[in-house]
Order: sequence, then C-alpha cells, then structure tokens
Amino acid sequence: MARTMATKIWDDHVVAAREGEPHLLYVDLHLVHEVTSPQAFEGLRLNKRRVRRPELTIATMDHDVPTFGGRAAADEVAERQMSALEENCRQEGIRLYGMGNARQGIVHVIGPELGLTQPGMLIVCGDSHTSTHGAFGALAFGIGTSEVEHVLATQCLRQRRPKTMAVTVEGALPLGVTAKDVALGIIASIGVEGGRGYVLEYRGSTIRGLSMEGRMTICNMTIEGGARAGMIAPDETTFAYLKGREYAPASDRWDRSVDRWRACTSDRDAIFDREITIDAGRLEPYVTWGTNPGQSVPVSGSVPAPSTETDERALTYMALQPGTAIEAIAIDRVFIGSCTNARLEDLRVAASVVRGHRVHPKVRAMVVPGSASVKRQAEAEGLDALFRQAGFEWRDAGCSMCLGMNPDILGPGERCASTSNRNFEGRQGRGGRTHLVSPPMAAAAAIAGHLVDVREFN
Amino acid sequence: MKPFTRVTGILAPLDRENVDTDQIIPKQFLKRIERTGFGPFLFYDWRRDGDFILDKPAYRDAAVLVTGANFGCGSSREHAPWSLLDAGFRVVIAPSFGDIFKSNSFRCGLLPVELPDPAVRKLINLGLQEPGTKVSVDLVDQRLAATGFEAAFEIDAFFRECLLNGWDEVALTLRHEADIARYEARQASTLVARS
Repeated sequence: MARTMATKIWDDHVVAAREGEPHLLYVDLHLVHEVTSPQAFEGLRLNKRRVRRPELTIATMDHDVPTFGGRAAADEVAERQMSALEENCRQEGIRLYGMGNARQGIVHVIGPELGLTQPGMLIVCGDSHTSTHGAFGALAFGIGTSEVEHVLATQCLRQRRPKTMAVTVEGALPLGVTAKDVALGIIASIGVEGGRGYVLEYRGSTIRGLSMEGRMTICNMTIEGGARAGMIAPDETTFAYLKGREYAPASDRWDRSVDRWRACTSDRDAIFDREITIDAGRLEPYVTWGTNPGQSVPVSGSVPAPSTETDERALTYMALQPGTAIEAIAIDRVFIGSCTNARLEDLRVAASVVRGHRVHPKVRAMVVPGSASVKRQAEAEGLDALFRQAGFEWRDAGCSMCLGMNPDILGPGERCASTSNRNFEGRQGRGGRTHLVSPPMAAAAAIAGHLVDVREFN
Repeated sequence: MKPFTRVTGILAPLDRENVDTDQIIPKQFLKRIERTGFGPFLFYDWRRDGDFILDKPAYRDAAVLVTGANFGCGSSREHAPWSLLDAGFRVVIAPSFGDIFKSNSFRCGLLPVELPDPAVRKLINLGLQEPGTKVSVDLVDQRLAATGFEAAFEIDAFFRECLLNGWDEVALTLRHEADIARYEARQASTLVARS
C-alpha cells in the first residue's frame, strides 16, 4: 500500500508494537541542551541507570548562553545549568559542544550544519523547534524532560502514530516574500492549533525551489501551527547541502545512503488524512500584530478589528488600535537571530538590505548568529563589518532574545521587530511587544525606525 | 510518578484560549535543575499584573483547572506541568491541549481531560459563579462530576493505566530489552557515523 514519508520513517523505527499501546520507536539522534536536560540526568542517577547510546546523543549550550562577554557574563543560575550539563556529559561520555567550542550554537542550527541531521532519521530533542530537522526528510519532534530521560535510558520513545497532512505550496514567491512569510502564511491559514495531532509534509514547486535554509525556516515554524513535526522530501538540494559535512556519510557510503534517502519519500499515490494548498503568488511579507503567531497581516495592511476576546486581549497587550497602518508602527528594537532565521543565508539577505544605511537613531538593533560556525562564515564574508558600520550589535551565537533566558531581553513596553518564532506575551522580556517578521523586513525596520514594506524600501 | 485514581478538589476557571507554556511558567524560572519548586512561579507575569483570578482566596487551594482551547501550546518545557502540580493542581480540563504539553502531563502525573466546548463553558461558568465549588474527577470510571454537572471523558488507554498505577515508563520499556537489542542489531549500519 502506498505510504507517506512520515509513515515510512515511522514504520522503519518501530521496535515494538503491542495491541492498544503506543509504538516503541527507536531514536537515531538525540540532541540535548542545558535547559531541559538536568532533571532527566538526575532521574537516571536516582534510578541507577546509564545513557544507553551516548554516541547517538549530542549536546550543546544555547538557551542560557550570554552572547556578549563570554561565559563570565552568565548569571549564577545559568552557570549552574551549564556546569550541570558539562558534568552530565562527562559522566555519560556524551559529546558536548559547549560555550567556546568552535561547533557550539543553537541546537537546530548545528545539527544540520554538522551533517548530523539526515533524511530518514528519527530525531528528538527537548525543544519544540526540533521540527526544524524535518527539512531534511527526517521525522523530528520536540519532547519533554520525562521523555528526554526515557530516550537517554532506552534510546526509544513511546508514541501514538500521528495523522498526516499535506501542505502544498505552488508557484513562484513574489519579490520580497521569504520562507518566513510562507510559514506565517500557512499558520494564518490553518490556525495556531490547525496542525494539532498531525505531521505536516510541505510539498509543491515553491518548497522544492527553496534552499535548505528556507526549508528549515518553514519546518521550524511547524509547531507554531500546532503540529509537532513538519517535513520536506529530500532531493538534490538536500544531498548537495549534506555532502562533505562532518557527520554526513563518507564517500564510500554516499551513493548507498542517497539511494536509501530517496526511498523514504512519499509514494506518488500516498493518501494524507488532510490536504491543503497555498498559492505562493498570493503571499506577501507578513507582520504579526498580536500575541500568537497566527495573528498576522500583510505589511501593506493595518491592525484588524478584534473578533474574539483573545484578539482584544492581544491588542491591549500590544498597545495597538484597530485600523492603524502596520507601516505606522514605530519600533524600539530589532532582533535578527533564533533557530528560525539566524543561518548564513538569513544574515546575507538582511545585510543586503542594510548596505549603505544606518540604523535609526531611536532603534537598538542586534544580530545574533545561529552558531559559532555561522558567525565565522559571516565574518569571512565581511557581513559583521557591514552590520557594525550600520549600527547593529554583532553578538556571539545562542538563542538570545528569542526567549530571553540570557541578558538579551526587551524592557517593559519595548516594541521589537524580530526574526524569531513566538510573539507570546512576555516571551522576549516581561511587557515586551514582539512583531514577527522575516530577516529583510527586520533589517528594513531597523533602518526606518518603524515597520516598513521591504518591497518599497530602497 | 504519584498514582492518580480519583481527585476531588476546588475548581479554578481560567477563561482564556491558547494559553502558552511561556505564560504558565516564564523562562526566567527554567534555570532550576530540579523538578520541584516551580509552584510559586506559575502564571508569574499574570499574577504580577494584579487581580489575577487564581489569586482570589476562593481559588487558592484549587486542584482542578478548567480553561480554553489549545492550553499548553508553544514551548516543550515540562516545567509547565511541573509548576501546575507544584501549585496543587492534579487535573486540567480544556477543549484541547498542545500536543507536547499533553504528553508531558501524562508523564509527570497531571491529568489532562478533554471535554467538548459546551461542557467546558458550563464548567467555567460554574467556577466563576460559585467560587470554591468542588469537582470530582474519577480516572477509574472516566467520569467527572460537580454540582449540576456530569460528564464522561475519553483518555488514552495506555497512559490511563500508567497514571492509575503510577508506573515508571522507563522501567516498562526496559522490559523490551530483547526487542531493542534486536532492532539495534538489524539497523546498525544506518546509525550516525563518526568522522
């Protein structure tokens, strides 16, 4: 019977399937970071258990790390969490790319760039944006700390089979419209819980035309539409990205690996539980106006009239009046970073907008590369100089102001154009107001001092 | 995990949709390396805003939270159900839950109960109109009852058993050692290669 990619990868990983019970699935790659793992390691110790497959487990530090001033700048509790991860990895023989390591970075940026993330794999991490890795045709999803402990101890996970949804995006992307806008457009279309219970497979000519960076941005935002996992069939773009990377199959195993990867894509006549289609030609650069990622409008539009209590609450929190033109909204801060939009391509696009301009005097803007490697490459291309000369702060790699667990936070009432993934109340700092946008839109806003349509920005 | 069979406790209504885990437990409290001690920080920012419903004396000892759709969306942080448990909650009732939050709740002993919208609405109104009213949640019979309200609920059979018995899921999986070893022997060539 014809099967979807999600079903094939699922079936390949079933260790045990008892009637009425969730399947026991094998995990190929377990990514670990400092915030959601300490209690899991503690649980192992209390039960006198060890990590079953330390060599399939990779750890990094990203959530807490200061992006300025090195480790010494971390507060006491963050330092305690980082030290705990070091000690846990040392005891269990887990490879750790900690602060100062050349391979350190946001867990969802370093997995792909090291070639750890590969098609056909089942990948988990104690982080909801693990969906990012689905861009390679992997089944990848976020888990909680109890599940992290379970995977550490058994290399397996118990899961009920999710439903499948095909999200087909067809056509050429209009000028100024990026993968981030595709993601925001999809979420606006299905709603913030439209994907609940599903694995999404993104397909169609628009998706096939995207770089791996763009595909990662779309899969990354899958969880904002309520689905735990989103995936894209591996193709030549995927293979070209992977070839030669540190953990990718070596040349003697390369061809065999590619054959296997091709076989894990959805069969032509596979049936999905739900299918939706998006016309790329109708997409625009989007800006969120509210406090969930589904509350967005095209940048050419205005703040909508509230239709629910949720909308009203959001408008009050965001201090916005219905009818206000989006482009009339002044901003205080700009954040270019996060596992959604802090890869080299994102920084290049943002830099191309910034070239020849200065950050508006009332705006404080920062660029936080997704990994130490992205930072090095950007510096080799001179992007850091370009950003600095324009007045941006150029930081070290980490999650930074996406969630503000380090010193990078918004002050109460500050309004930010952000390339991150969540505009929840207080997410970037208590009382902070987040407008989610693409990297070029964030760069243009930094210069203009207000939200602005990048298509009309010189 | 503490077994869960029946709980009778005060009903607390939180009439909001899409309550994300950043609201349940803001990030500045995720730096603890223990599973306990998160209770005082539950809904921290909303509490600091003042006049927050769960701070009203009638709801202070609540054990059952009833709330809007998509509760627990967003971040995967298990600190969210931990903070609810630590603050005395054993049950959350909503029309729907974020997938990861629901899965985390089952695994740490917080019961997520899904009821249709009208039933949830009735319970929210009951909680608002009769502060301090109690609700009984019976996982054995899968029934829920309060003054003038009764409902049956569906729940994943496997996680129901785990909750009723307080089972350690890792211990259950370790009984599959032979299956896991067999899988590893068969799939060895497809695992990550070291450079």
